Amino acid sequence: MKTELNHSQQTEIQIEKSPSSLSILWREVVKDKLALVSMILLALILLVVYGSAIFLDQEKIVKVDLLSIYAPPSSEHWLGTDYGGRDIFGQLIIGARNSFTIGLAITLISCLIGLIVGLVAGYYGGVIDNIIMRVIDFILVLPFLMLVIVFVAIVPKYNVFTFILIMSAFLWTGKARLIRAKTLAERELDYVSASKTLGTPDWKIISREILPNLSSIIIVNLTLNLAGNIGIESGLSYLGFGLPESTPSLGTLVSYATNPDVLQNKWWVWLPASLLILVMMLCINFIGQALKRAADARQRLG
Amino acid sequence: MLKFILRRVVMMIPQLFILSVLVFLLAKAMPGDALTGQLANNPKMDAKTLMEMREKFGLNDPFYVQYARWIKNLLHGDLGLSYIHQQPVTDLLAGRMGNTILLSACILVLTYLIAVPLGVVSGRWQDSWADKLIVGYSYVSFATPLFIFALIMLFVFGFQLGWFPTGGSVDIQIEKGTFDYYINKMNHLLLPSLSGALISTVGIIQYLRSEIIDTKLKDFVKTARAKGVPESRIYSRHILRNSFLPIAAFLGYEITGLIGGSVFLESIFSYPGIGQLFLQSIMQRDYSVVTALVMISGLATLIGTLLSDIILSAVDPRIRIE
Repeated sequence: MKTELNHSQQTEIQIEKSPSSLSILWREVVKDKLALVSMILLALILLVVYGSAIFLDQEKIVKVDLLSIYAPPSSEHWLGTDYGGRDIFGQLIIGARNSFTIGLAITLISCLIGLIVGLVAGYYGGVIDNIIMRVIDFILVLPFLMLVIVFVAIVPKYNVFTFILIMSAFLWTGKARLIRAKTLAERELDYVSASKTLGTPDWKIISREILPNLSSIIIVNLTLNLAGNIGIESGLSYLGFGLPESTPSLGTLVSYATNPDVLQNKWWVWLPASLLILVMMLCINFIGQALKRAADARQRLG
Repeated sequence: MLKFILRRVVMMIPQLFILSVLVFLLAKAMPGDALTGQLANNPKMDAKTLMEMREKFGLNDPFYVQYARWIKNLLHGDLGLSYIHQQPVTDLLAGRMGNTILLSACILVLTYLIAVPLGVVSGRWQDSWADKLIVGYSYVSFATPLFIFALIMLFVFGFQLGWFPTGGSVDIQIEKGTFDYYINKMNHLLLPSLSGALISTVGIIQYLRSEIIDTKLKDFVKTARAKGVPESRIYSRHILRNSFLPIAAFLGYEITGLIGGSVFLESIFSYPGIGQLFLQSIMQRDYSVVTALVMISGLATLIGTLLSDIILSAVDPRIRIE
């Protein structure tokens, strides 16, 4: 009898519960046709890239084959070969996998740092906030690209992990500033004061009460940054200061185009990688824009 | 206002100091110092003379003494010596700097020339097909990485269609100072600056569009319309006047992007500017040039932000209070 009552109460509550911010975001993105198409396309690309990367033999792909240097696309090499006779299609798959994974890692790490710093600065305010904001203002005016290149050039034992760290060291600032501004506004609201009066510890207010209210902004920011970071990573790899040689990136493939002959006559070497970067960034951006509209109640499609 | 400017300038001093310390520490962290470069070129140099030289150049001094000397030289305009080119860094920079400033100025002019009309059209005829097209373009340009766009531009217009020269800043055989020389120079500039400008318009377009959409419903615009002011005059005199100064102020914030962009553009179009010099110097481990360039870029960014902040605060007094 008692359990039955409990059960019926629970279903009632579930019906009345307002949709969570995540489900609103999802609903809005699905409604936006462009974003939906982008999402499906991106999912397909990632599926193909991560799926076939398992079956591809990296050793075989990076093996130099002098008999088929710069071979145009054929049934054997779907997208031809590069200056070492290596299969472009295989490199494309592995490059896309590396670029995406590393872009994601940079996004997540810098977001985590930005989130913690922003929450602390915004919630406590005062001197802490002042010091943190000075640091952020300073990092934001640094010539980012040049400094990353310098760091990449001088770091001893340079590898993928150090690259991710160097990038994250600069990229957390924008997120921290955004989160701080939102936390500052959230802090003044009644539910925080009420919770404080009840004696809830600060860490609990921050992590259990303020953080969930920022989730939609964080997701929007994550998505847009992911696209940006893939772009920066492949750009740096293009210049030769991105991923180390052992980890080919899409940018590495594009960088073959620094040779005018390749750029002019051997489109199959650099164009597919360029287009793949472009398509991935466009897709992620369109999804991000749709999420941004969804997170702003005034701009929802309904 | 004066108080704000003063405070803003004073705020810049610690930033400059930290920037200089950072650059100095980076220079120290770079493998090898001023003398290892010379050692490689000079087989006569042995370990003992090297030690003496180090003492003479003060490389054994404590780091704060070295830092003070470096700053003193910097303030005197002495940026050190390039070991690859065997000439003072200042001389090396002089020619290149002009090229980069020219390229950046062209990018800025083109950006404004493209973005302002598009932003106005998009805001004035909101939700029309033209607006949708412009908003679509601005989304796509926002998502496109500069280096890929520039490569595709070079491929299509430089190589396939052959409309533009594909590299350099001017053809060598043309005599300096003639009319042809300047035309030729402009011709070399056009493709790189178009590539840079076409994808950096998004900020201005979106700002103008939302400003116009906001302003055109305000009371003073309604009053003007009720008085019978023609629509074109409402836009030129009443609506746009408020938006143009903030847009001009964005200039300063663009400098960071321009410096980053010049590294890519100059490398793709093999345009002899400081971005290309920076990459070459890093690869040849010519670190005195690298530190000088990082320091100059940092300084340029700081000054750009300062100018933008001052212009914006002049336009909008609310910013000053903070």
